[in-house]
Amino acid sequence: MIAIVDYGAGNLNSVKKAFDYLGADVVVTDQSQTVTAAAKIVLPGVGHFSSLRALNRSDLREVLLQAASAEKPFLGICLGMQWLFDGSEECNELAGAGIFPGKCREFPSWVKSPHVGWNSLTVLKGSRLLRGVAQDSFVYYTHSFHAPVLGATSAASEYGLRFTASVEQSNIFGVQFHPEKSGDVGLAILKNFCEV
Amino acid sequence: MLTKRIIACLDVDGGRVVKGVRFKNLRDAGDPAECATAHARSGADEIVLLDITATSGNRHTLLEVVRKAARPLFVPFTVGGGIRLLNDAAAVFDAGADKIAINSAAVRDPTLIGKIAGRFGSQAVVVAIDARKVNGGYEVFTAGGRVPTGRDVIRWAREAAVCGAGEILLTSMDRDGTQSGFDCELVREVAEAVSIPVIASGGAGSALDFIQVFREGCADAALAASIFHFGIESVAQLKHKLHHASVSVRWPC
Repeated sequence: MIAIVDYGAGNLNSVKKAFDYLGADVVVTDQSQTVTAAAKIVLPGVGHFSSLRALNRSDLREVLLQAASAEKPFLGICLGMQWLFDGSEECNELAGAGIFPGKCREFPSWVKSPHVGWNSLTVLKGSRLLRGVAQDSFVYYTHSFHAPVLGATSAASEYGLRFTASVEQSNIFGVQFHPEKSGDVGLAILKNFCEV
Repeated sequence: MLTKRIIACLDVDGGRVVKGVRFKNLRDAGDPAECATAHARSGADEIVLLDITATSGNRHTLLEVVRKAARPLFVPFTVGGGIRLLNDAAAVFDAGADKIAINSAAVRDPTLIGKIAGRFGSQAVVVAIDARKVNGGYEVFTAGGRVPTGRDVIRWAREAAVCGAGEILLTSMDRDGTQSGFDCELVREVAEAVSIPVIASGGAGSALDFIQVFREGCADAALAASIFHFGIESVAQLKHKLHHASVSVRWPC
């Protein structure tokens, strides 16, 4: 079973709908026992980095960190990916998971923010999550802050600068874009996650 | 590279897609769920569904239409029409919308923008503005274009952005359904006034119109209904032409 973690940040229907379409066994939950019992975890999220504070109010933060270190497949989407980093300048006082180093920052002032729409992926290295995804495939983004490119970056996109589109390290995966809204490319990525 | 978005719009009345000219003389254009899927398959980057009558009596019908249309859609899906309260928005999100569009209710109470953005994120809030040229300026109209507000479009767009809107959907009432081209002057003025994306709407008739509104109007996205519904141009044909005119679009997709 895949657990989609509901911590009150936005609308999780579309993520669930995409997994349902793929025939995956998936639940939306805010219960830490359900998250602990799940075989795989998806941490979605949209909006302000501070909405991740809800994870700290319950024991979800600890449960998620334990699951990540227990080699359970873990997919962070958008804000959920940003949480995997040290933090974000959008809310300096709130710590991320620190699994990947660096902080999420704003886009440079010469581009419009938020970055909304379909942008192309530059695949940088072999990735289990991006298996079968062609170079320059388009995915849908909507965000104001971006994560730095680092060794674990599996694909990048350009918007004023080059930023991390997807990140991957053993069982931990993160995507800044919305695979559930990225047409066939996005569905292929979610299918890969179901199969890792 | 970020591409220019092509958005297919479904104006829905009583559970059917309709399209008029300058908001009048509506013609039937099909079933919403079938139209949405067909446009997405053809390469539409987003689908917008607007309940153009939006009376309280047909809310239930609308939510059913949204639910049915959303199920097989895996591109962003925006729903507007008749959203007056946070709870109306919540019901539409629950039915499967990714974004909501608000128009009259936001003009009446701009704090509604922040209320919805606070719960669902700014990316989920599109402020729709119906604009008409009046005495050399552009005036905001509400209630499906029936009520002049006396408000200036540029100022309202700026205010909406400050209140937490994620995008502006800007419709030229003068061009709506005429297929005589987008109002590039209007779009450019708003696009330069706000930092959030501006979706141009009203007047799309040919690929050249899209090229102009992206180049001269500085639009981030362009929305059309008539040309797609009545088979003048499929989204795929349009994108193919834009791609060959060196407009950056999601193509092939």
